[in-house]
Amino acid sequence: MTEGRADAVGIHDDEAARKRLRRRYAAERRFRAYGLGAIGIAMLALVVLLASVTRSGLPAFTQHELTLEIHYDAELLDPDGTRDPEVLGRADYAKPVRAALASLFPAVEGRRERRQLAGLVSKGAVFELRERVLAAPELVGTREPVRVPLSDEADQYLKGKIRTDLPESQRKVSDRQIAWIEDLRGRGLVHQVFNFRFLSSGDSREPELAGIWGAAVGSLLTLLVTLLLSFPVGVAAAVYLEEFAPRNRWTDLIEVNINNLAAVPSIVFGLLGLAVFLNFFGLPRSAPLVGGMVLALMTLPTVIIASRAAILSVPPSIREAALGVGASPLQVVVQHVLPLALPGILTGTIIGMARALGETAPLLMIGMVAFVVDVPDGPLAPATALPVQIFLWADSPEPAFREKTAAAIMVLLAFLIIMNLAAVLLRNRFERRW
Amino acid sequence: MRIMGSALVAIAVLACGAPQEAEARDQIRVVGSSTVFPFATAVAEQFGRTTAFRTPVIESTGSGGGLKLFCGGVGLEHPDVTNASRAIKASEIESCARNGVTDIVEVRIGFDGIVIANSKSSGRVSLTKEQIFRALAKQVPIDGQLVPNPYRKWSDIDPSLPDAEIEVLGPPPTSGTRDAFVELAMEGGAEAVPMLAAKRKEDKKAFKGIAHAIREDGGYVEAGENDNLIVQKLEANPMALGIFGFSFLDQNADRIQGSLVEGVEPTFENIASGDYGVSRSLYFYVKKAHVGVVPGIVEYIAEFTSDKAAGEEGYLAEKGLIPLPDAERAEVRRQATGLVPLNRDVAASQ
Repeated sequence: MTEGRADAVGIHDDEAARKRLRRRYAAERRFRAYGLGAIGIAMLALVVLLASVTRSGLPAFTQHELTLEIHYDAELLDPDGTRDPEVLGRADYAKPVRAALASLFPAVEGRRERRQLAGLVSKGAVFELRERVLAAPELVGTREPVRVPLSDEADQYLKGKIRTDLPESQRKVSDRQIAWIEDLRGRGLVHQVFNFRFLSSGDSREPELAGIWGAAVGSLLTLLVTLLLSFPVGVAAAVYLEEFAPRNRWTDLIEVNINNLAAVPSIVFGLLGLAVFLNFFGLPRSAPLVGGMVLALMTLPTVIIASRAAILSVPPSIREAALGVGASPLQVVVQHVLPLALPGILTGTIIGMARALGETAPLLMIGMVAFVVDVPDGPLAPATALPVQIFLWADSPEPAFREKTAAAIMVLLAFLIIMNLAAVLLRNRFERRW
Repeated sequence: MRIMGSALVAIAVLACGAPQEAEARDQIRVVGSSTVFPFATAVAEQFGRTTAFRTPVIESTGSGGGLKLFCGGVGLEHPDVTNASRAIKASEIESCARNGVTDIVEVRIGFDGIVIANSKSSGRVSLTKEQIFRALAKQVPIDGQLVPNPYRKWSDIDPSLPDAEIEVLGPPPTSGTRDAFVELAMEGGAEAVPMLAAKRKEDKKAFKGIAHAIREDGGYVEAGENDNLIVQKLEANPMALGIFGFSFLDQNADRIQGSLVEGVEPTFENIASGDYGVSRSLYFYVKKAHVGVVPGIVEYIAEFTSDKAAGEEGYLAEKGLIPLPDAERAEVRRQATGLVPLNRDVAASQ
């Protein structure tokens, strides 16, 4: 025995053993370094992505405005003095804007130059004046200073995005326009303000007027429908499969199918939606209701799988104890199993919803890839969604839409962060450890 | 559980309410070409903001997809208007008629030039249509024989061209821009080759097969439908050329330049006058059966063809649309607002 022990010490104590030990420690350190490196690469990619999106998107949250002394000329807007909303609605509001600009630069003459001067101000100025007057007809005949948005080209120039070293023909802002803008800036009439239009209006073909709110409401309505459909159906399916269903060939088949559906490309669900909801049931195109139904089909497998896992992780002793004191199977599920499984179910649902939020492909088939100016007012009104809005802006020729695209991505990311944060909070709030 | 129950009831109510909504629609629905999309959306917005009608909803589905939806039938679940970057085909008119869509009003709105452009950081290129064909065709005639395209560099085709690899970024076959490019530039180029011109006379179909086939060995890169992406790739790769619509060149003139085709520069004036050879007409089609059912269709046509929109100094010209000559636009406007339907024979011969 003693000899044997001496041998054992020898094996673990000689030079070869120490070498082996060093090698194992080194392997351990390398392994940790690989892990750290992997995290580092992932973090770096994330930081680069966020930084580049933020850098190009931040300018979209500000907008340059010009203070114009607008004269709501009664002769022009309402010659008969009726103050009839219909007359006021049809009036030409471009004229007061042009008159105000002309009074700032009385020396500008000629059709071409006047057009160039008018090009400094956004077309939205005309729409906004119209809305102002329609909301308050008593304005007609008065004068007031109004802040109107500058056009996207002028705004891009002020944000330093236009290369002035190029010949005039190769940029969208002419030398004269630059001189006018600098003059206006010198007179203190140009202000850089927070771009409320971006957060409060629907889409527009003018980059300076385009807003994300229409798409955000569209996404919210779509997700609401998705949640209302996929959560109850998914949880009910999971409860039945996990708690009540017998184990046989049929339930195995259903299980295989659910797992398969979770991996089906989303465009397939879009085609299904087109065939079933639009062509068969005759639901309207571009409606968040249909979008939500399609996305619910897509998220259902995720919700079911997550819910089943959560229900499975509730210890059987809970069920047995409840049954033991006389609870019915329904009471066991509703009063004990579900509350305990809820954090896991919610996490799975929210992750499924976050995926649904980022989908465009299924929405393409049911007509939600569309130009919609009006902010949708219900689940049947035509709407678009956040990722679709990003896609549409990225495809627009005007350079000013580039910063809008990045800003829309920031809004989408904010939505995702809020949803994931909610998932974490809910889990921490309700989680029970065994 | 009770919450779930009421949620289900709410969904059921929503679903039942839907068909009733579809019966009354006060908003024009437009589908169709992604090339016309930027112009149609500008008109729709102007229309919605300056009239009492609601802003039309416009989907970008591509010309073919749009016409398919448009020809789906008469009724409020089908679109009222479709945009197209090419004229409607005889087969599409037939399929429309099969579904009861008979009176179609065609409205020509202007031209779109297709440009071949590269980054400003390298020199401007001047090409003939034959050179374009030789650079991009799958098979080219050499010494009277059709062979797989052997040209690797532009200078292989003509020593006067730059000594650079042929790399052209362009749209995929699903795109209307690609159809028009193939028809105007490639076919035009093939005709300039005597051997193929002779072939055209005897067998038009075989000629088209050769002229329309684009090489697949890397010389032509399908860059997706997103023209902005092509513009950005051109900036990153100064040696490459890109194919896209004129409005993207117009908006990005500080970064890219259009190549000369047959010695003509793609400018607004040259495309409008027809001197620049690679340009096509843009259209939209209106379902006459929906006029009077969906409010505002005639007014929408009137806005689209008005001087302040499609005129020489209209807001569509600012967006890059090349307007029709004034006399022609007046005629188009007269016919369109009068809802003169498309003459089947005229369309079939196009």
